[in-house]
Parts: sequence; C-alpha cells; structure tokens
Amino acid sequence: MTIATIWCFFMFFMLIGWYYLGQQNLPTRAVRITTTQFKALADKFIEDNKVGEEKGVPIVHPPAGSDVFVIAKKWQWTPILELEVGQTYTLHISSLDVQHGFSVQPNNINLQIFPGYDFIVQFTPNQVGEYSLICNEFCSVGHHTMTGKIIVK
Amino acid sequence: MAAIATPGSFSGTRSNFRVCPVTTFKVDLAAERLIIWNAVTAIVALTLGGTYALLIALTRWPDIHLLDPGWFYRLLTGHGMNMLVFWMVFFEAAGLYFGACVLLNARLVGVKLAWVAYLLMLVGAVMVNVIILMGRADVMFSAYPPLEADPLFYLGYILFAVGAILVCCIFLATLVMARVERRYEGSVPLAVFGLLTAAIIALFTLASGAVALIPTLLWRLGIGTIDPGAYRVTFWGFGHSAQQVNLSAMIAIWYSLATLTVGSKPVNEKLSRFAFFLYILFINLGSMHHLLVDPGLGTMAKFFNTSYAMYLAVLGSLIHAFSIPAAVEVALRAKGYNKGLFGWLLNAPWKEPGFSSLMLSLFIFGFLGGPTGVVLGAGQLNLLAHNTWRITGHFHATVVGGTTLAFMGFTYYVIPLIFRRPLFAKPLVRWQPWVYGIGMALVSISMTWAGYLGTPRRHWDVTFADAAKVGIAVQLPSLTNLSLTVTGIGALLAVTGGILYVVICVGSLFMPKREARALDPMEA
Repeated sequence: MTIATIWCFFMFFMLIGWYYLGQQNLPTRAVRITTTQFKALADKFIEDNKVGEEKGVPIVHPPAGSDVFVIAKKWQWTPILELEVGQTYTLHISSLDVQHGFSVQPNNINLQIFPGYDFIVQFTPNQVGEYSLICNEFCSVGHHTMTGKIIVK
Repeated sequence: MAAIATPGSFSGTRSNFRVCPVTTFKVDLAAERLIIWNAVTAIVALTLGGTYALLIALTRWPDIHLLDPGWFYRLLTGHGMNMLVFWMVFFEAAGLYFGACVLLNARLVGVKLAWVAYLLMLVGAVMVNVIILMGRADVMFSAYPPLEADPLFYLGYILFAVGAILVCCIFLATLVMARVERRYEGSVPLAVFGLLTAAIIALFTLASGAVALIPTLLWRLGIGTIDPGAYRVTFWGFGHSAQQVNLSAMIAIWYSLATLTVGSKPVNEKLSRFAFFLYILFINLGSMHHLLVDPGLGTMAKFFNTSYAMYLAVLGSLIHAFSIPAAVEVALRAKGYNKGLFGWLLNAPWKEPGFSSLMLSLFIFGFLGGPTGVVLGAGQLNLLAHNTWRITGHFHATVVGGTTLAFMGFTYYVIPLIFRRPLFAKPLVRWQPWVYGIGMALVSISMTWAGYLGTPRRHWDVTFADAAKVGIAVQLPSLTNLSLTVTGIGALLAVTGGILYVVICVGSLFMPKREARALDPMEA
C-alpha cells in the first residue's frame, strides 16, 4: 500500500517531470503567415536549391543546417527534400489550401498542418534512407493520392 | 393495463399516468410517446449509419475495395454523422426522458417543447443526411475549415444541436419539478444522477459546438473569416465532449443494467456519484488531446489538459470500472454462487442479453477503449498516432463496443417495459450482444494494429496505387494488408450483430401489444 502510494505520486509528478527530462517534447513553434507569403518563401527555396525532378516534383538539396520548406497543397507534398544525415534542419511546413496531415512513414510521425500557420520543427535525420510522406488529414477527394518524399543521404 | 386517470396526489397537472405492473413505476404517457419516437428515430439513424459502415468496411478491405473514392468519402461523412451524433443523441434524448420521468414517477415538463425539440433534431438530421448524399458536404464529421460544405450542412448541424439543448433543458426542468412535487424520496437514484451528469456535460458541449459551427456557417455565407486552429479548439470541445455525454449515459446504463439483471446495488454510492462529478469538472479539458500536434498551442496547455485534467476524469472511470463488477460479484455471491474465486462469474446469467451486453461493453470499453485513449492522450505518443487508424480503433472500442452495445442491451428492457411488446425472435436476442461485441473488439484491435503500422484514417487506398500513377509511390509495411483484412472480417461480424439488433427491434414493434409480465426481457 505504501509502495503503491509512493509510486502513484512518483508517476503523478513524472507527467510534468518528463517534460523537462524526456527530450521528447512536441514541436510548438509556429508563426502566422499568409499563404502567398509562404508560397513565395518556399518557391524561392526550391529555385535556389533544386537538383532534379521526380515525376514533376522538384528535388532540392539545401545546405546543411539551413531552413527548409515543405508545401502542403491538394494533392502533393512539394518539394522532395534531400538531406544529410546528422545535420540539424529547421523545417517549415504550411498549407496553401485546406488542412493536411503531415505523416512520415515508416516512422509514423504525424503533424497537423493548417493554412496560415508556419509550423516550425527542428529535427536531425539520424538514419540514411528514403522516407515517404503521406497525408492523413482528409483534404477532399484526391486525398489518398497526396504523397511526397524525404531522402536522407 | 389501460392508462389510469391520475388521483389526487398528482393534482394540478393534466398528465396521464399508467402504472407499470412489473416495476410499479408511474409512467407519464406523454413522456412514453416521446421515448418511443426518439428511440425509433435513433434506430433509423443506426440503420443508415450501419449500412454505410458495411460499404466503407468493404472498401477499406484492400482485396475488395468496393466504392469509388467519391462515394467512400461521402458515406464516411454520413457514417460519422449518423453514428456519432444522430443515433447517440436521439437515444440519449429517449434515455433522459426515461430517467427524469419513469425512474422518478414524475411528469414531463414542457411536452410541447419536447416535440419541438424532436422536430428540430429530426429536420437537422434529415437536412444533413440529404446534403451529404447529394455530394455537397464531403467534409467528414469534423468538417475542418477551410474545407467547404454547403451552408445547409452547418445549418442542419446547428438545428440538431438546438433541439438537443432543448432536450437537456426539459430534462433539467422535469427534475426540478419532480423535486417540487415530491415525486421521489431522498436523492435521485444513481442512474438519474449519471444522466444528469450527461445533461450538464451536453450543455457545455453543445455551447462549444455553437461557437465552432455558427461562425463557420457565417463564413460560408461570406460573413467574416474562420481560423482553422480556433475552429479545432472549439469543435473538439463539442466533438469529443459529446462522446463524454455518451460515456456518462453509458455508465448510467451500466449501473441500471447491473441492477436490472442481477439485482446488484452500488458498492459505495457516494464514491460513484463523486466519480460522475469528476467527469463534469475535468473531462471537457481532456478534449485537447485532439490538438496535441497542432501548430500554435503551447506545450504546457497541451500537457496540463491532457495529463492532469484528463487523468482526473480517468480516475472517475476507474472508480466505475471497479465498482460495477464488484457490485455484480456481491449480488451473485449473495445468490449463493460462492464456489472459488470466480464461481460467481461462471454462474452469471450470460444468456440474458442485458447482462451479456453489460459485461461485453464493460470489457471492451475497459480493456480496449479506455487504455488506448489514455495512451493516445499522452503528448509524446500522440505524435506517433495522430490521424492514424489507431485513433479510429480507440473510438470504435469506446463509442461502439462500449456505448452502443450498452444502449442495445438497455433496449431489450425498454421494449417490454415502455413499448409494452414482447421481444421478437428471442433466440436471436441471446446471440446479438455476442456477435456485435466480438465483431467490434476485432475491428478495434485490428484498426489499432493497422494504425501502428502507419495506416491513415479517412483514407481510400493504403496501397497508394493511384498516388504512384500521378506522383510519388508509397509502400506501407506488408502486414498492413493483413490487418485491414482482419478489420473487414470484424466489421462483417459487427454488421451482422447490428442487423440482428435492428431486426429484433423492428420485429418487436410488430408484436402484439401487451403488458410486461416479468422484468427479465426473455420472459416478459
């Protein structure tokens, strides 16, 4: 009984404790941005760093550690990012039309994407490989064709 | 027994009552008519939603892939609206009238207003269904802007909600009047207390829904703008809290079924009431778990609401989850089933549909629905589950395997006692909760598994064959196909159980009318 009570309180405080100790917190940085502004920023990013194309989708290779952009729109994640393993990037994601679900497979990492909000996520790819992007928020009838890719080299 | 004119003790009212020969409750005939109409409408919504469920399940089964994408998303919207909103709320309206009037021997206050409420809900539900089938609202139950639906869709949604608010107000007024007219002694029974909890949660839930949907309607009419983040905060204050209304109603029904089926009494009634009170305080805050991976909200807001607030509500659920089986055990042991630790469980009336519904509902909600919800509500883990089929797996265990199954079990008591007709096809009634419950458990477990593998919810094609044609190909893990197939099989089983339920209910409506002869629906 005593042990259970102590454990209960320990777990209770760990709910907040893990926020400081766990290093697994959710990304929370976001700024308001109009869809036109975001499109302009992302288009410039694509133009500056484009290295190729796959089925009409640009492949970009940004400098290590830079700000990178992904556009969500019906029904495509643009561009295909080519990143370097072990480098930390600042990812900006926003939608140009309706809400979308940014979902990295097979890791199953999922974020909700709005138009008008630039969702800013700092991350470090730590494994070489190709990762798929799918949309997991219903975004009208072509929703299931909305895919994309991140390549880590 | 014919309706009897009310004697002196009911003077000052024009209500007509009959006395139930089995329970000796005095039943207000005006309330009885409303219970019947609301319950029948609920079952119509369930039938519609269930038909869509079958077609959707056969589409998500990759080897069958029945519907085209347009109809899949359309019927998925219809499935969500009919099941989560119309079936539940119409049944709850019937439940609230039953709780306030029948259980308290009271008269219904505002009978005309109750019919207005019914009509508003009916018109709203019909509007929403028609607009969806016309293909002008392919937006899902959540209708996130800036995805656009026909303004009439939001209007129907709002009309329905206004009707539901009226039902809650009538329920509260009836409770007050029952008190004033001294229709019952002491505190209200625990089941009514649970329904009161449901009604209170429903009021702030519906208010939140109005805050979400009215500006959305105006935005669609060209007045003002709508912020997608703000919509999600207010919408889920409605969308998830509405499921807490269902939860409270379900637990009220659990306590009722435990009493009706094995004659159990709450182990500690004060504690059970306290558990309901915890829901009122905290459960709405828990709705923020929908927003854990949204941009624009701070970590502490997310963590406080989904950890501390939600867990205090979960504490309430744990109190119910232990006290109901304990009460059942005490009641069965008192009947002499004392052999060994689990002799009472083996000798429980498993063939009695109310009891099997109660226990299956408890099991599915308690072991599948509740724990998955707590896991999904943890911020760090939500990142791995948001918008995957794990979410769908969670709420099919709570709102379907839990709430719907409990409502079904309760129906088997309502039909002989309120509709005053014997049950149709009694051998089928024995099987119905089992077929439905096992099917739903299979659906829930396999959906969770598929979601764990990455399967998104609200998605027509996880093979991404069309995506590969127009863009980048995607391959989900190979086990995905198997998990989706299991869901399909579970869904077929559950739909069979659903059909049995509808056949039993509709068949019973055509049975000759007669007073119940016993409390047990199999003998009534």
